[in-house]
Amino acid sequence: MTRTLDRKLLRDLWRLKGQALAIAVVIAGGVMTLIIAVTTLDALSGARDRFYASHHFAEVFADVKRAPLGLVERLQEIEGVNLIEPRVQAAMRLSLAGFRDPIRGLALSIPDGRQPLLNRLHLVAGSLPEAGRDDQAVVSDAFAEAHGLVPGDRLEAIINGRRVPLRLTGIALSPEFLYQVAPSDLMPDYRRYAVLWMNRRALANAHGMQGAFNRLSLTLQAGARREEVIDALDLVLARYGGTGAWSRDEQPSHRFIEEELAQQRIQATVLPAIFLSVSAFLLNVVMGRLIQTQREQVAMLKAFGYHDRELARHFALLAGAIVLLGWALGVSLGAWAASGLATIYRDYFRFPEMPFRIPAWALLLSLAIVSLAALLGTWRAVWRAVRRPPAEAMRPPAPQRFRRTWLERLLPGALLGHAGRIVMRNLGRHPAKASLSVTGIALSVALLMMGAYQLDAVEAMVDQQYRQVLRMDVELTFNEPTSTRALGELRHLPGVLAVEGWRRVPVTLIHGHREERTALLGMEARPQLRQVLDAQGRPQRLPEAGMMLTRWLAESLDARVGDTLEVQVMEGRRQRLALTLTALVDEPLGVGAYLPRRRLNTLLDEGPAISGAWLLVDDAHREALNAALWEMPGVAAIGLLDEAERGIRDYLDETLLLFALIFVAIASSIAFGVVYNDARIALAERARELATLRVLGYTRVEVARILLGEIALVTLVAIPPGWALGIVFSRLLNQAFSNDMFRIPLVLTPQAFGIAAGGVLVASLLVGIMLVRRLNRLDMVSSLKASA
Amino acid sequence: MDDGKEIALEAQGLTRRYRMGEVTIQALRGVDMALYHGELLVLLGASGSGKSTLLNILGGLDSASEGEVRHIDRHGHAQDLGRASQRELTRYRRHHVGFVFQFYNLISSLTARENVAIVTEIARDPMPPETALTLVGLGERLDHFPSQLSGGEQQRVAIARAVAKQPELLLCDEPTGALDFRTGIRVLEVLETINRETGAAVAIITHNEVIGEMTDRVIRLRDGRVDEIQANARRRPACELRW
Repeated sequence: MTRTLDRKLLRDLWRLKGQALAIAVVIAGGVMTLIIAVTTLDALSGARDRFYASHHFAEVFADVKRAPLGLVERLQEIEGVNLIEPRVQAAMRLSLAGFRDPIRGLALSIPDGRQPLLNRLHLVAGSLPEAGRDDQAVVSDAFAEAHGLVPGDRLEAIINGRRVPLRLTGIALSPEFLYQVAPSDLMPDYRRYAVLWMNRRALANAHGMQGAFNRLSLTLQAGARREEVIDALDLVLARYGGTGAWSRDEQPSHRFIEEELAQQRIQATVLPAIFLSVSAFLLNVVMGRLIQTQREQVAMLKAFGYHDRELARHFALLAGAIVLLGWALGVSLGAWAASGLATIYRDYFRFPEMPFRIPAWALLLSLAIVSLAALLGTWRAVWRAVRRPPAEAMRPPAPQRFRRTWLERLLPGALLGHAGRIVMRNLGRHPAKASLSVTGIALSVALLMMGAYQLDAVEAMVDQQYRQVLRMDVELTFNEPTSTRALGELRHLPGVLAVEGWRRVPVTLIHGHREERTALLGMEARPQLRQVLDAQGRPQRLPEAGMMLTRWLAESLDARVGDTLEVQVMEGRRQRLALTLTALVDEPLGVGAYLPRRRLNTLLDEGPAISGAWLLVDDAHREALNAALWEMPGVAAIGLLDEAERGIRDYLDETLLLFALIFVAIASSIAFGVVYNDARIALAERARELATLRVLGYTRVEVARILLGEIALVTLVAIPPGWALGIVFSRLLNQAFSNDMFRIPLVLTPQAFGIAAGGVLVASLLVGIMLVRRLNRLDMVSSLKASA
Repeated sequence: MDDGKEIALEAQGLTRRYRMGEVTIQALRGVDMALYHGELLVLLGASGSGKSTLLNILGGLDSASEGEVRHIDRHGHAQDLGRASQRELTRYRRHHVGFVFQFYNLISSLTARENVAIVTEIARDPMPPETALTLVGLGERLDHFPSQLSGGEQQRVAIARAVAKQPELLLCDEPTGALDFRTGIRVLEVLETINRETGAAVAIITHNEVIGEMTDRVIRLRDGRVDEIQANARRRPACELRW
């Protein structure tokens, strides 16, 4: 419309740059959280979908003990089956020159010299083994990278107790092992876990699977019913030692990525929702106040004959410019942080490519939310300003009703002093305004607290899992169930301080119409190396009859203590048992069903058998122990708990904690933005008053005390409700983040309260320092005179 | 004196009450008055006599509690300001009235020229901002910001801003109130020139008796009522005034 009004707009923006920037920071904080979460989510799921499609990731998997290849033709006839491919798989151990720790691994067959039909390999370097060669293998990319392996390098595998010397021909990624984690581990350990692909004939020979297979992968026809296919497969495979076919949803790598995506999805909704609504609220408040300081200008422009809509447009543009600035800042910082996070995720998920883009809807949505919030705040303030007759708006505001505040009546006057009294009355005069300030700062406290909570909770979760639940140093898994006599042998190995055997069988738990696949873990009646804890963190004894379940698992089965569950054993004789749930187990990581090992042996109609053993080890004899274990052919896998813990801590440090840190940083900036704006507006509103005091002979320090006193008081008052709100936010986050892989405990340490309060106090202090410098420049004469 | 002159603004029985904090103030208690096209008028009164309130109502910035105000333009079209909507009052101010305030009320982020332009851009038949500023003797300081101008200069910018739209009515609220004597005279001279050269009716609020001598008529207000209306046989040039 008018050029001069627009020029005023630009100059106003420049004059208000400090405040505009502070408001922009508040907006940017909200927008950033959304952009980070959405972009990361989009990158992960996009990369996954693309890789799955291009490399024919199977939809259903099944393991059998041993089935003849001829069976495949019959299976192909099952209705709904599209492509089907038999494979040989073998657990193995690897030895690598120059690396002393035990390495676990999985060897998989591929058709001789060719890409498989399903789960095709993405060769990063080298080539597939040549047809007919039984000494060549392709190795997983993460493992190769961890050890600096290149095609041509040699290594030795122990498959089924036999040494197999191998030469690497290639390095590959597979859709089955995007997330490469050893069975029963939670976090990948790329140095100690490997996946190898070998020619079918070579692996079948090494594993005694000539003319047979022990794993199937298949895809489904469009419209096929997955459950029916699985049932049909199970029916056929049962007599070949089938342990029950499973769908992609239960494939470990896929499942982990799903969990990660689910978590990202929550992060992409809960956190931005909280941050954006907080910043929208604050934006609304600060925009409103900013306009209010321009009230006299509004009146004057009205006196000149400007229409309300022209003024509304003017201020809408002012707000719009600030919103756009904040939004652009949020988008670019968000994109920057998200691209940093994407590089970290790339290390965990082995995607050949990770497309990185910001979805248009996220841009539009965030812009719409912040614009709406800003316009709402602006509109209310502009409306208030234009609605009043201009003469009234131009009159110096009438002296308002002052009262002694109740606090003043409580505190002796001497304690408050002049400055204190002015502060108290200023706040008391505008209770609504004061409570908005308090709310704004309290929200910042709450955001900070939520960030700090994540840091603490993750730490507490890992501590609980590795200090209280998993107390062993080494977990051995045997090739097959072994007599408990093996325990005696293990006890005499160098450095072994304690040994406990365990028996594990895969089961499906059924309660009503709910089903969960998990494992029954049989342990000592009072396990020392692997504890089961109650809600108070106290170790429990295993029940003589019945079983215990992880609380999360029981809840997802809708089972209560005292209920009887059906337990379908998925291997061996596939017994169907009925077990009573006797108690719940509280553990932060993983889920399981627990009962005494002897009782499990009885239920399975077997002698005293164990699937593996836990060892407590004297660190000084670590190497000797490793060497001895290496020589034991019955040991399929050696898991080192301290390595696992380090892995999980590294992972959490790099992902969750980085996220939390970013959010703490955003929350701090928001806190600063809010306090700064509050203070600047307080200064604008009080300039005349403060200048008068200066004219009357008050010193700078005395005048500063009034203004800073107000900021300090508002901040202090805001902290307790901020904490309360922080607890609510944390609880919300805690509930949203629980899944069957891990449950973050709701621990709020004094540190979290400290960070939350400290954050806003530091922000207030900074603002105070900036304000004192501004106060020093306060022009007494012109403040008294000028009314616009 | 009134003969042959056309009424520009006419008020009858104006009263105005408003609340100021906890007290109700009766600012006007039944004012009858008129402002003629082309005349120079002073509304004289002590603080609290109701003169600012009257000016605000005449300028369409405020509404009376009771009574009537009519505006009759040069073409004889009459408008009842008491019954006008906010939109109509806005149009009235936009096209017919120029304001000068005691504290100038310039927009500090705009230069002198832009402060005038902000009004000329929405006016129907304005003079160029440069002309208006030359008229008040500021042709040389077009691109100065308010902070770079003295009080008198700022007030002259405010006057240029008010007259640039070539209003029929120029309403000035204590235009010299914040200025020293010499600067005040300079501002009054400008108002005199404006009145002479543009034919705008100029109403000046002041509590300074002396200013009354330069005008056609003086209306004295006391305690919210018209106390006396005095017509001057001769307008004394502003440059001769002393106080």
